[in-house]
Amino acid sequence: MLVLVTYDVVTKTPIGRKRLRKVAKICENFGIRVQNSVFECVVDATQFKQLQLALQEIIDVEEDSLRFYQLGNNYKSKVIHIGAKETFNVEDTIIL
Amino acid sequence: MKKLLNTLFITTPDIYLSLKGENVVITHENQQLGRFPLHNFEAICTFGYAGASPKLMYACAEKNINLTFLSRSGRFLARVVGESKGNVILRKTQYRLSENEVESAKIARNFIFAKIANQKWILERMARDYPLRIDVPMFKQVSSELTTAMKAILVTEDLERLRGLEGQAATAYFKLFDQMILQQKDIFYFRNRNRRPPTDNVNALLSLAYTLLASDVTSALETVGLDAYVGYLHRDRPGRASLALDVMEELRGVMADRFVLKMINKKMMQSTDFVQKENGAVLLTDDGRRKFIKAWQERKQESLTHPYLNEKINWGLVPHAQAILLARYLRGDIEEYPPFLWK
Repeated sequence: MLVLVTYDVVTKTPIGRKRLRKVAKICENFGIRVQNSVFECVVDATQFKQLQLALQEIIDVEEDSLRFYQLGNNYKSKVIHIGAKETFNVEDTIIL
Repeated sequence: MKKLLNTLFITTPDIYLSLKGENVVITHENQQLGRFPLHNFEAICTFGYAGASPKLMYACAEKNINLTFLSRSGRFLARVVGESKGNVILRKTQYRLSENEVESAKIARNFIFAKIANQKWILERMARDYPLRIDVPMFKQVSSELTTAMKAILVTEDLERLRGLEGQAATAYFKLFDQMILQQKDIFYFRNRNRRPPTDNVNALLSLAYTLLASDVTSALETVGLDAYVGYLHRDRPGRASLALDVMEELRGVMADRFVLKMINKKMMQSTDFVQKENGAVLLTDDGRRKFIKAWQERKQESLTHPYLNEKINWGLVPHAQAILLARYLRGDIEEYPPFLWK
């Protein structure tokens, strides 16, 4: 299934900026960055849970926030892209 | 049944693959072309020269991702193999049976039986669908020859004789292959099967399809814990995945031959997709190969009901299903290996 992950990490302090980098790194391991703090992750249920737990451990729940949107298995009809930087879909044939 | 994951194909020359976090990063002359999480792939197949970083190879081996290196023309060169999967007891049984001629013949018989049954069905279907464009009496005659061969195979316990029967059936089947090419007859014709290197367009396509299939079957076998190099029908030879070739026999017709015919008959390949070398070898151009692989991947996503498991799966999982069934037979869970009989 496709999960859309978005986050807001407060970067006023050096510690906040460090959290942001860590969050981005974990998201990159699970999915593809489609916009600055938006990731599309094609994962199964276990991987989704792992992703949630890993991110939860890093963020400061008082200041930062995470949102997960589950788009299911038939996500292809639910996503429309307009504008620059169109990304690859990891389930389509990828030939480079 | 497991989920069919994607395969990453690299066809542009001089692409370098490396690992960053849990991602495979694809770079060309210091320029990043793509970056994908590894968990989305079950195989990476590269036709380029530049190579892959050892760290990526390590990650692929660990995650059980089949990393294969092919030459520009699609010939198999190398594969990254991690620690052996599955259990020793299964593999020992596999070896023990391969040493035993009678037991080997029992399994080999089912591979060949299914191969010929599937070929026969391809011919029957052609005769049914295009009665005005092919020589129907000839198709019917070969079809009945194949039936005779199938009957003989069922009672044969001698490996040499099995190979002989298989050869005869293959000759009869390939005699009709040219007739099954319905479009673009001027550039796609089939005289005989030739390889290393293929010398006409059809053989070039067949060779590439067989290579892709062989790599799928090999990884399926390794995934369930079998040794792809110890076969029953094909003899052991260093560097030859004999068991993969065995299991491939029953899938050649339905998965590779039909696919090649479809690519030609639907005019998905054109004469501009091929280049002829001075030595007579026919190769696919980069664009041609890309088109072929793309269609191959799409084909793998199509679903069917597995005739034995009675379960709906993707075509791409058929090699995996057969590998599981073979492992079950070797473990003694089922009486006989049920080959893939296409309907």
